[in-house]
Amino acid sequence: MSVTLLIEQLLNGVQLGTMLFLMASGLTLVFGVMGLINLAHGSFYMVGAYATAAVTASTGSFLIGLGAGMAAAAMVGALVELLVIRRLYHRPHLDQVLATFALILIFSEGTRWIFGSSPMRLSPPSWLTGFVTLPGDTRYPIYRLMLIGVGIVISIALYFLISKTRLGMRIRAGESDREMIGALGVNISKLYTVVFALGAGLAGLAGALVGALQSVQVGMGEPVLILAFVVIVIGGIGSIKGALLGALLVGVVDTLGRVYLPIFFRAFMPPSEATGVGAALAAMLIYILMAVILAFKPKGLFSAHD
Amino acid sequence: MKQVTRLGLGLLLSSSVLAAHAEEVKIGMITTLSGGGSHLGVDVRDGFMLALEQSGRDDVEVLIQDDANRPDLARSLANEFMQRDEVDILTGIIWSNLAMAVVPTVTRQGTFYLSPNAGPSDLAGRMCHENYFNVAYQNDNLHGAMGAYMREEGYEHPIIMAPNYPAGTDALAGFKHLYEGEVVGELYTQMGQTDYAAEIAQIRDSDADSLFFFLPGGMGISFMKQWESSGVDMPIFGAAFSFDEILIKAVGSAAIGARNTSLWAYDLENEANARFVEGFQAAYDRMPTLYAAQGYDTANLILSALETAHPDDKDAFREALRAADFDSVRGEFRFGPNHHPIQDIYVREVVEGDDGEPTNRLIGIAIEDIQDVYFEECQM
Amino acid sequence: MTNNTSLTNGASQAATADTALVPKTGSHFDRKGLVQMALLGLLLLVPVAAYFLGHIYYVNLASRITIIAMAAVGLNLAIGYGGMVSFGHAAYFGLGGYVAGISAYHAFDLTPFMTWPFSLPGSDSLLVVWLVAALLCALLALAIGAISLRTTGVYFIMITLAFAQMIYYFANSWPTYGGEDGLPIYIRNTLPLVDSSNALTYFLICFVGLVLAMAITSRLMKSRFGAALTMARLNDVRLATAGISPYPIRLVAFVISAAITGLAGALYADLNGFVSPNMLSWHFSGELMVIVILGGVGRLYGPLAGAVLFVMMETFLGGVTQYWQLFLGLVLLGVVLFAKHGVMGWLAGRERNE
Repeated sequence: MSVTLLIEQLLNGVQLGTMLFLMASGLTLVFGVMGLINLAHGSFYMVGAYATAAVTASTGSFLIGLGAGMAAAAMVGALVELLVIRRLYHRPHLDQVLATFALILIFSEGTRWIFGSSPMRLSPPSWLTGFVTLPGDTRYPIYRLMLIGVGIVISIALYFLISKTRLGMRIRAGESDREMIGALGVNISKLYTVVFALGAGLAGLAGALVGALQSVQVGMGEPVLILAFVVIVIGGIGSIKGALLGALLVGVVDTLGRVYLPIFFRAFMPPSEATGVGAALAAMLIYILMAVILAFKPKGLFSAHD
Repeated sequence: MKQVTRLGLGLLLSSSVLAAHAEEVKIGMITTLSGGGSHLGVDVRDGFMLALEQSGRDDVEVLIQDDANRPDLARSLANEFMQRDEVDILTGIIWSNLAMAVVPTVTRQGTFYLSPNAGPSDLAGRMCHENYFNVAYQNDNLHGAMGAYMREEGYEHPIIMAPNYPAGTDALAGFKHLYEGEVVGELYTQMGQTDYAAEIAQIRDSDADSLFFFLPGGMGISFMKQWESSGVDMPIFGAAFSFDEILIKAVGSAAIGARNTSLWAYDLENEANARFVEGFQAAYDRMPTLYAAQGYDTANLILSALETAHPDDKDAFREALRAADFDSVRGEFRFGPNHHPIQDIYVREVVEGDDGEPTNRLIGIAIEDIQDVYFEECQM
Repeated sequence: MTNNTSLTNGASQAATADTALVPKTGSHFDRKGLVQMALLGLLLLVPVAAYFLGHIYYVNLASRITIIAMAAVGLNLAIGYGGMVSFGHAAYFGLGGYVAGISAYHAFDLTPFMTWPFSLPGSDSLLVVWLVAALLCALLALAIGAISLRTTGVYFIMITLAFAQMIYYFANSWPTYGGEDGLPIYIRNTLPLVDSSNALTYFLICFVGLVLAMAITSRLMKSRFGAALTMARLNDVRLATAGISPYPIRLVAFVISAAITGLAGALYADLNGFVSPNMLSWHFSGELMVIVILGGVGRLYGPLAGAVLFVMMETFLGGVTQYWQLFLGLVLLGVVLFAKHGVMGWLAGRERNE
């Protein structure tokens, strides 16, 4: 096990983390500002990927596709907020869980009705394929480096949006005191729609970007959704900073666990058993991490909210 | 047979009752039509219905239900078919774990079950049954055949990879059984894993000269896309489950050059296959996959047995099935003593087709007359 | 608790609203009493009639509804009465199922389950299976609850999910008992005196199980414990000022809830003759929650109404269209948006304390 491999795996973990952050930031914003649990967030991820695949196929341009995917997810998000979600803000968490669970079913089967059962084609554009050679002779795919770059840019943009703009001021006000910003004359329902659409758009962007590396198919959002929930719970619900840290932590722990746990067990077990045990434990690792963190910090690392 | 066509075309109906006749035969089909991996179920269904339609028989009634890839639902549907509809034959299940949940009770209650996909080792060995026929493959067949092929081709240091679940460990064991040499490494991934960066880095870091993997469905798509962009230059091999016509279209150029073992290829030259491939394209406007071929063969096997006996006469019908007197789209086909196929396994290579899309091209035979290793444990 | 009688009185008034299994005399014929009696009566009579008309399938379908309802009764104790929104009850359902499966596996193979520190054989007795399933689920819930109940709100939802996911992945990749393939039960576990493999007998066993689970919930909620649990849900600060710590109260309710769901899981495995990691998946946890909410949260008959509706939709919509899950989603959305108190709220009217 060489140092270059470790560096490469760390990069892989960071890359997984940045994509998780795109998912988790929307989820945590929506919870922080509106107090809403949205299980259907993974559906926007899927919508983004499908729209990008469809538009890329018909225009031939990945960038146009990417824009279309993000826009489609944001639009669908705004529509869902107007039709369904805004009736749920004053309901208990349970009703929100049920309604958004229903939305998952509707989105998944609706997508299958429109696009069919087969997975869609979506590949990175040719100018993003290939790899670069990093110091220490580590070869790393350009596309994954680009994903890390996009993740960093979005994080910085979100930071500026929330700390420096008028919209950000309102979001922060909404997080700390929901009644007060209404009293201040801010149009709350418009603010909520915008925040929800923003979160959906980020999820759609993540789906589109990751979709080029993965299978664009019905149900692709569900595993990511569960991971994103783990991320925001570890980071502290409602905290963007927590989401970023949680996403990187989950990404790195998950990646390194998958590689090094089987190797670790091979030290004192027969190889075939060690691989199996290591892989099984690696699958459980991030949930163990989450349980340990919550056992000591019941509100996550950077709690902004209950 | 209008209804059959409509059904086959995959319109809204998933269950339909055809014209009633005296001595009519009822077939229940439980298959995966919704959720992940539903294109397999859709193809099995469409291939099956195409064969019925081509036969022109109107005394065969097929009831179709969606199991949503859930064992408990499949189990409940099997009860529904047997206890309420009193079907003569059950078929359709795609996944090994669902087959394990359903098949033993079905066959023990005296109903025939014909598997159009999936052949877990237990059902071929210690839990085999006289009413169970596998018309597809035993799970090890394609992996073992690839092991034999890679040894033949002179690859000396393969690294092998599969998800950490029973079918995955069986696949690697099946591969090693016929490869017979040393593998330089075994990687186990998680079920449903979507990111393979960590594994790809390990493969590059190893001294392997080739890669064999078993990653069915979406897992295979994700892996191959990421493999292409990683720049690792190593030939890749697998079983057809990661390389059906639908999956490789979703993968795109990344699949080009991969070789895979299959029990069937659309460019296999025989009369039955020509009729099947043309008929399928005309009816559904897409290329059939091996799952469609398996569904088609399953229906034709049933139809051939119906020429001799009605399923009510269980012994006669079982004998007729065992004879396998039908024209299989995969050429030679016969059953071993455990009612699992003895068949040739072919090698296909993914190439760029005339329309620029990736497609499979038959390049040879991996192994002839392969038979599973479990038949000796089977006592019926 | 002796130092504050007014607290228990006040809380028990809040709790009595919907905890009576059999409506008190005089209220038999109000709308709620009629709906509840009709629901339970139909669940009993339809399968009996179907059995004697020769439709075994409907008897088994009724068993399935009954078992799912029982699992939901367990979850309802945590969610509805205790205010603990557990997103991980599939863990107990699956563990109960695996107890039945593993026990039958060893009884069938005549191999011991373990040999150290003492030899423990498998068993095909339902009574043993049920006892072990309930005990193990209670122990698991004690461990999970002890950690999870330190958190509240969304954190609680997510940490219970995390524990269930751990167990799911473990069962999926542990090869001894079939891993993802699951574990078949070839011969249904047995009871003394009755033939458990008969469909109607097995349904009646399940039915008794459901009624017992509801009776336990009802008795529990009418006791001082139930009053304290209700107060912990409504206002735990007030409970704490009365000198009662809400934590052990919640933990005990959580453990009982898990044991009931685990028992249902054992019954389900024997009904299907099969257990697989699917029973442990987060989808199933979600479905159980959906059933509880669909029926009406915190209502004694809610889980039953929810299970009837959910399983029927799942069974009959599937025969109509392959996009049945889309319509299931639409119905669920309709219920949550327009029938705020679940099916029972809609059929039987609102609760007095709502």
